[in-house]
Amino acid sequence: MNATDNRSSRDWNIIFIAWLVALIATLGSLFLSEVMEYPPCTFCWYQRIFMYPLVVIFLVGLFPLSRDLFKYSITFVVLGWLVALYHNLLQYGIISEDMAPCTQGIPCSTKYIDILGFITIPMLSFIAFSIILALLLSFYKGKTHE
Amino acid sequence: MNKQKIVLLSVVSLLLLFVFAAIAYKTKQSQEAAFLAKKHEELFIRDHSTVIGNSDAEVTIVEFLDPACETCRAFYPFIKDIMAQHDGKIKHVIRYAPFHPNSDYVVKLLEATKKQGKYTQTLEALFQYQSQWASHHSPNLQVVWQIMSHVGLDIEQLKKDFNDPKLDQLIQQELADAKKLNVKKTPQYFVNGKILQTFGQKQLQELIESEL
Repeated sequence: MNATDNRSSRDWNIIFIAWLVALIATLGSLFLSEVMEYPPCTFCWYQRIFMYPLVVIFLVGLFPLSRDLFKYSITFVVLGWLVALYHNLLQYGIISEDMAPCTQGIPCSTKYIDILGFITIPMLSFIAFSIILALLLSFYKGKTHE
Repeated sequence: MNKQKIVLLSVVSLLLLFVFAAIAYKTKQSQEAAFLAKKHEELFIRDHSTVIGNSDAEVTIVEFLDPACETCRAFYPFIKDIMAQHDGKIKHVIRYAPFHPNSDYVVKLLEATKKQGKYTQTLEALFQYQSQWASHHSPNLQVVWQIMSHVGLDIEQLKKDFNDPKLDQLIQQELADAKKLNVKKTPQYFVNGKILQTFGQKQLQELIESEL
């Protein structure tokens, strides 16, 4: 009984942290577009599409902790992670810009922010998706060990 | 502390952080604009800038606009009205932030009409027929030329004036100033160097009236 409780509490914490990361990423991206008024490029929109719903999905799944959370959220996380990866490759010039379907004068390779020479907005997005992905995988592992 | 409380607390504190950061950012931005207005007046009015109204007016509205921007069109009569209400006390400085495709071309044409003394008529005609030439997906420059002849401009003369390399420099200057003043959207207003914080006609009216 005690062991199950511990595991359940551990799993709850994992999803709680994933939810926090998604919430911070959501508010952060809204701050950049709505307060600092940087127009989001096409890839940023795709990453937002996969990030924003996670805030709601995780929150609903936390009360009470749903075992099915992995199933419902993993597709969003993986797709968002892939878009973020692609966007980063583009921004660091590993993939050429010609391949990016960007419109309206906001090329996705434009760097609005560059902290310490490597932290850009898509990098922050990639970090957020990676953390959430790692947490979800760990949640899934915990689930299968039951 | 139970789980509900932890989650609620997280949401509330993150939202508060968002709001405070937004206020701090906006405050800093308006302080910077105020600083620039004091130290670098030339950023707001260049020698080439069009000034509508009494040049000694106590209130200066500096507007960064794009002839293809719908909101700029919607605000134009509003500014005209408020200037008429306070006769001689407000001047309107027109700057450009040609962000739409081909807008730089249209701005150059508009500036070229100054040589024929038809600037205001042309600007008003461009706004009036905006929906016909400034579709975002296919800006139609042929229609722009039709508007030019409709205004009664000498087209041959205009074509000559349009090729003046000074107009390219003008565009570069406008874009550089817009960048320094952190103009990212059009229209952007500065009233006596004070930035319009939240966008809207009511807010703009209040800002203008506070300076009168």
